[in-house]
Amino acid sequence: MEWLFELFHQVNYELPKFVQFLIVGLTLGSIYGLIAIGYTMVYGIIGMINFAHGDIYMIGAFQAMIVLLICGTLGISWVPLQLLLMLVVAVALTAAYGWSVERIAYRPLRGTQRLAPLISAIGMSIFLQNYVQLVQGPRPKPVEPVISGGVTVLTRADGFVAQLGYLQIVIVLLTVALMAGFTLLITRTSLGRAQRACEQDMKMASLLGVNVDRTISLTFVMGAGLAAVAGMMVTLYWGNNDFHMGFNAGIKAFTAAVLGGIGSLPGAMLGGVLIGLIEAFWSGYFTAEYKDVAAFSILVLVLIFRPTGLLGRPEVEKV
Amino acid sequence: MSAAMAAVSPAADTLLNVERLTMRFGGLIAINDVSFVAKRRQITGIIGPNGAGKTTLFNCITGFYKPTVGRLTLHGDAGHTYLLEQMDGFRIGQKARVARTFQNIRLFTGMSVLENLMVAQHNKLMLASGYTVLGLFGWPSFRRAERDARDKAVHWLEKTRLIGVADQPAGSLPYGDQRRLEIARAMCTDPIMLCLDEPAAGLNPRESADLNSLLLSIRDEFGIGLLLIEHDMSVVMGISDHIVVLDYGRKIAEGTPLDIRNDPAVIRAYLGEDGQE
Repeated sequence: MEWLFELFHQVNYELPKFVQFLIVGLTLGSIYGLIAIGYTMVYGIIGMINFAHGDIYMIGAFQAMIVLLICGTLGISWVPLQLLLMLVVAVALTAAYGWSVERIAYRPLRGTQRLAPLISAIGMSIFLQNYVQLVQGPRPKPVEPVISGGVTVLTRADGFVAQLGYLQIVIVLLTVALMAGFTLLITRTSLGRAQRACEQDMKMASLLGVNVDRTISLTFVMGAGLAAVAGMMVTLYWGNNDFHMGFNAGIKAFTAAVLGGIGSLPGAMLGGVLIGLIEAFWSGYFTAEYKDVAAFSILVLVLIFRPTGLLGRPEVEKV
Repeated sequence: MSAAMAAVSPAADTLLNVERLTMRFGGLIAINDVSFVAKRRQITGIIGPNGAGKTTLFNCITGFYKPTVGRLTLHGDAGHTYLLEQMDGFRIGQKARVARTFQNIRLFTGMSVLENLMVAQHNKLMLASGYTVLGLFGWPSFRRAERDARDKAVHWLEKTRLIGVADQPAGSLPYGDQRRLEIARAMCTDPIMLCLDEPAAGLNPRESADLNSLLLSIRDEFGIGLLLIEHDMSVVMGISDHIVVLDYGRKIAEGTPLDIRNDPAVIRAYLGEDGQE
């Protein structure tokens, strides 16, 4: 009986920390998940890893930051309006970037070797980074927090407080809403059907009168839009944007997409949340310095033991 | 000769005018100077031994290949003409309204039977949904278009007796059902010409007889032209109004089923030597 009491005490002591890591992990996971959807959708439809996607996310973060600064100059201080403006402008402009990248760097190479667009994507990634470094400067840009405060979830005797920030609530809710809308788009609308059809047999879809090029463009636009939302969230959450931020986040989100099963939308979201949680718990219980190692070890293990990912379908030979 | 005349003044019922079509792959001549006319409300059979160039002909018509030489004129509704050899693949389906099925069935196997038919009506729905934006908010015109599309799909499912499996993945259907679904899907694009590549392949005699009546009813009810590649002579001879015979990429004969049956060149090339298999 004594040990049970002891255990209960221990759990009670550890719980607030655990909850805090959980909250941070879910927030991070939402952001990774939103980026991962862009990878997974593009892979699904044209079988290519869009290595510039992380940088599209970076562009989104910068757009959001710029809108916020403009709001400051114009004296718009009502937070919901600020958020709405950030969302709309960042998504629209970043989607335009996504569209242009596809149009300039990938479409001309379609139907050539598989490797060509991949290399083009890496080039695009380098270009976007350098472009932002040139116009925005190489130093990290701090952003003032817009939403602060939160609710206390648990308090420990020694004063440690597990807090759920309002911003974290906004991030998770917005992600859930976007996911729901997105699932609706893919499963219910004609565009979603066309996307799934192109995914399975592009030539056949084209014979049925589906404009395949446009469908692919719209896929890039959607992916970029979601990445912009992720960028905006990160701007609000960490408020430290630099031109190189897309690289790490991009690779993490890619890991998430592979973990969930590349090509699968729920997989991307699940993978994102898992990577976020792994990172949060690893940083919390072991060391924050090696959190990237943890995430990438997962990538390696998944590629070795379950190449199709958690929710992925086994590769079907295309005839 | 007949093709040249058609080019000057196409008869009112001309649907597809193939003129001097040649398709070369490097040194191989898959189609060599083939001309013929396919008419509205007719089933034009295309036969020939394996490797005669029949599927290549379809690939030229539906934009998979750009012909090396020749012209493919489609006479659409309201006097519109389309030069198929100059059109992008998807516009041939969208604008010229040519639909096609494949020798090896190409359904969207992971999607449901009903969805396969809905994809075929994508263009209409995309327009009605204001390029998806309005559709997401349940705009009435989109809902109406979606309902119409569904009705049409259901109509074809009933006609092809697939209504009971509407929600199953297309890939799980038995072979004969998949063949019929492919035809239903092609018809959902509202074609004025339907190209069928060996629709009877792998069907048993009963299914094959079914197919005959389906194709005849498509011809009679919708007044469209059908191009039919087929090895099964009971199908070709039974339902074709006009037959074109290819051999080694050349047209060796053309005429009614009766003419073809008695044509010595055809018997030599096709029925006589390969008919035993």
